[in-house]
Amino acid sequence: MRIVFKTDYMQDIRPWKDGYQLSLYLLLLAVAIAAPWWLDDFYLGELTNVLIWAIAGLGLMVLTGHTGQASLGHAAFLAIGCYANIILVEAGVPFMIAFPVAGLITGIIGATVAVPALRLHGIYLAIFTLAMSILMDDIIVLAEPITGGVAGKYAPPVGVFGFMVDRWGTPNEFYWLTLGVVVLVTLGYINLLRAPLGRSFIAVRDSEVSAQAMGVDISRTKTISFGLSCMVTGWAGALMGLYAGAFNNETFSVVISIQLLMMIVIGGLGSIHGAFFGAIVIGFLPQFLSISKEYVGAVFGGSTVAIPGLEFGIFGMILIAFILFEPMGIYGRWLKIRTWFELFPFYRKDMFKRQKSYLKTERLR
Amino acid sequence: MSLLELENVTLKFGGLTAVDDLSFSVEEGEVFAIVGPNGAGKSTVFNLISRFYDPYAGKIRFNGHDLLQVKPSGVAAFGVARTFQNIELFEHATVLQNLLVGRHRHRTTNLLSEVFFSSSAKRQEMENREKVEEVIDFLDLQAYRDKMIAGLPYGVRKVVEVARALSTDPKLLLLDEPASGLSVEETADMRWWIDDIRRQMGITVLMVEHDMGLVSGVSDRVLAMADGAKLALGTPAEVQSHPAVIEAYLGKAS
Amino acid sequence: MDNLQLLISGLANGCVYGLIALGFVLIYKATEAVNFAQGDLMMLGAFITIGLTNTEYMGLPFWMALPISLGLMAVLGYLLDRFLIRKMFGESQTSVVILTIALGFVIRFAAGLIWGHEPQTLQNPLAGKELALGGLVLGMEDVAVIIVTVLLTWSLYVFFSKTKMGLAMQGASQNQLAAYYMGVPVKQVQGLIWALGGVVACVAGILFAAKGSVDPATGLIGIKAFAAAVIGGFGSLPGALAGGLIVGVIEPFASRYIAAGYSQIAPYALLLAVLIFRPHGLFSQVRTKKV
Repeated sequence: MRIVFKTDYMQDIRPWKDGYQLSLYLLLLAVAIAAPWWLDDFYLGELTNVLIWAIAGLGLMVLTGHTGQASLGHAAFLAIGCYANIILVEAGVPFMIAFPVAGLITGIIGATVAVPALRLHGIYLAIFTLAMSILMDDIIVLAEPITGGVAGKYAPPVGVFGFMVDRWGTPNEFYWLTLGVVVLVTLGYINLLRAPLGRSFIAVRDSEVSAQAMGVDISRTKTISFGLSCMVTGWAGALMGLYAGAFNNETFSVVISIQLLMMIVIGGLGSIHGAFFGAIVIGFLPQFLSISKEYVGAVFGGSTVAIPGLEFGIFGMILIAFILFEPMGIYGRWLKIRTWFELFPFYRKDMFKRQKSYLKTERLR
Repeated sequence: MSLLELENVTLKFGGLTAVDDLSFSVEEGEVFAIVGPNGAGKSTVFNLISRFYDPYAGKIRFNGHDLLQVKPSGVAAFGVARTFQNIELFEHATVLQNLLVGRHRHRTTNLLSEVFFSSSAKRQEMENREKVEEVIDFLDLQAYRDKMIAGLPYGVRKVVEVARALSTDPKLLLLDEPASGLSVEETADMRWWIDDIRRQMGITVLMVEHDMGLVSGVSDRVLAMADGAKLALGTPAEVQSHPAVIEAYLGKAS
Repeated sequence: MDNLQLLISGLANGCVYGLIALGFVLIYKATEAVNFAQGDLMMLGAFITIGLTNTEYMGLPFWMALPISLGLMAVLGYLLDRFLIRKMFGESQTSVVILTIALGFVIRFAAGLIWGHEPQTLQNPLAGKELALGGLVLGMEDVAVIIVTVLLTWSLYVFFSKTKMGLAMQGASQNQLAAYYMGVPVKQVQGLIWALGGVVACVAGILFAAKGSVDPATGLIGIKAFAAAVIGGFGSLPGALAGGLIVGVIEPFASRYIAAGYSQIAPYALLLAVLIFRPHGLFSQVRTKKV
């Protein structure tokens, strides 16, 4: 077992535990940067997709995982980010300006939406955001002059530092662009979590009354959380639009919202790792299913016809299994396995025991 | 001028009068205890000071400021910290993170400098950490620094609550039943700590407590309440021998 | 006359929404769990009945298939509680919501696998019959839907507010631990409520499949029903029905009188308005947390 001796407050403040851990993450980053040399174009595209989902997951994680506000409507913000970005680019704004601005616009809209939603708790907030996501579909159709309505829009190649970046034409560059956004968002997220604002998110999530007693303004904190979450989601949406190439009102349906929430639950709520793990599941599940279907077909001679809804069915079952047996998601499982190795042979089963409490209603009548 | 003043405070829930025309004041540097049977409105007084409830009538002043003018989250900024009767910690965070939330009222950085973790954000974190470490040393919490609250035993959580309140650097500390559910030894520790909080840190303490041993051991003055109203106010000995108090606890002698 | 016709068909639709909303509220009221899969349970109930009744499947007489499918759905509801929801005892409401959404996915998948993805209609004794009332021509199905819904809501309301069992169930919802100490068998009560939720879903499904057609994606109208439940105020049975009727009536009138494209927005716009201005429904209950 590695024991880190602490001799300096900075050791708790900086994001890595020790040099060993830091070098592991740097190695991971190096491998990720080099991906175009060890992956073919198809899988590089899939990896890009995973990274984009991870950005969206990070966005929702701020709000749901760390501030405790469940949103079933984040596809609406993906849509806003996506349309804002393309509309700006089409208006002649350089991509390097349009992209951050698209995120900012989404964040401001998100923070505005948060104001009426502030009084809502738990399921009420979930249904509010769900309705918002459903409405977004209709709003895009109604706002046809700017959104292109049902016909949708096409994403043009965009210029980044003088390079033309296009999903199909230059997959490597598009991958690096996405990776860059992922790294920046992740670093910002890590910084936030070790600063007062990130802690006040956690405080609001775990106990609003005592957060208030400690001087945390609940409404303000929730609004900021909404804004940041939507900003990051907007960036993910902008990248999704570029990745898809073409999109319309149905691209960001309410199903995407639900999928996004489920993704971070599977990955592990309340951790940055969780967004990535969840994105990996979402991104590679269809591939995994088609490969295993072929395999099953080859071995048992069965047909390989597509089963409609299979993906969602399997996804649902995975999710149920996680909620029942590992509510902390893949990240929680990963922590347990790591601890098991670190402490071998002293790991005890009850080390991560969940505290169960009887449900107490907050209703008066 | 007293540190905390309640003047003719009344609170009604529907038809029920929870606090009835209550007035008292807490002087700087004292330990002031509120006792009374269950449902006497003791915790309600705390919730009034924390601004969770709006009084129906009356004034609450702290250090010359009108507390009724601020939002619940603004109370801490004046230097009022509190603990809760049914522990309200941030369950899925470490002890250290809990205490650092207590430093929130001293935040000087803005969103941007935190996202980029600028040198000022770093400096602030170092200061926060030093302050929190003092509290950790004071309450002997070193062993639990990086533990999640969700896995801690009850007695430790109780101490962490006090620690979190102390981390805010308060002038006035409100302790809501600090000894409830604690063992005899833990209660004895709590007694020394309350004493030290007043003597070493110079913090005024207002507490609600049932354990009369603890109350008479540390408090300078005691307020006895029943049915939301004041019964008696004085030294622990005076209050304990006050006929109205005895009647409220034991019923009318027939 | 036209408007009246519109109103009746709206009411009939609203009754189905109301019944699904009733299922939501029933389960929420008694167990504080929000069952997002209620719409999918309705779809499943409809398909089970179709599977038993329709000639291309088992071809049983309708009146024989009815109790069987109701019974099956009751058992399913009970099992769902026994093996899924009960494990969530003490977990947050949000995780239960996510669990039931996932459950909806699985039910939709299973239904598609068994009965295919083509829309199907339930063959029933009332099919095609009409009732003429003055100048008004009503489908018998619509009339049956309204009557059954009113009866069911009324009897559930009486059950919850008058009978001892119903009151015990409410007690269990408000404070499970206290109810447990008072001798309420909390676990059995939960199981029974879920069984009842399954039955209500099945009734809604049968009515829906008799009026129109179902396919596995039909369960998604559960979202609309959920909106209805929120509009009516979660936790009130008559409120749920009222919310369902409001949503049901708004739809045909909106599509008649509001420009196309805006009409389908109406129920959700109403939902958002209700959430913003009366966050706990039109017939709201107060809630504050005691510290």
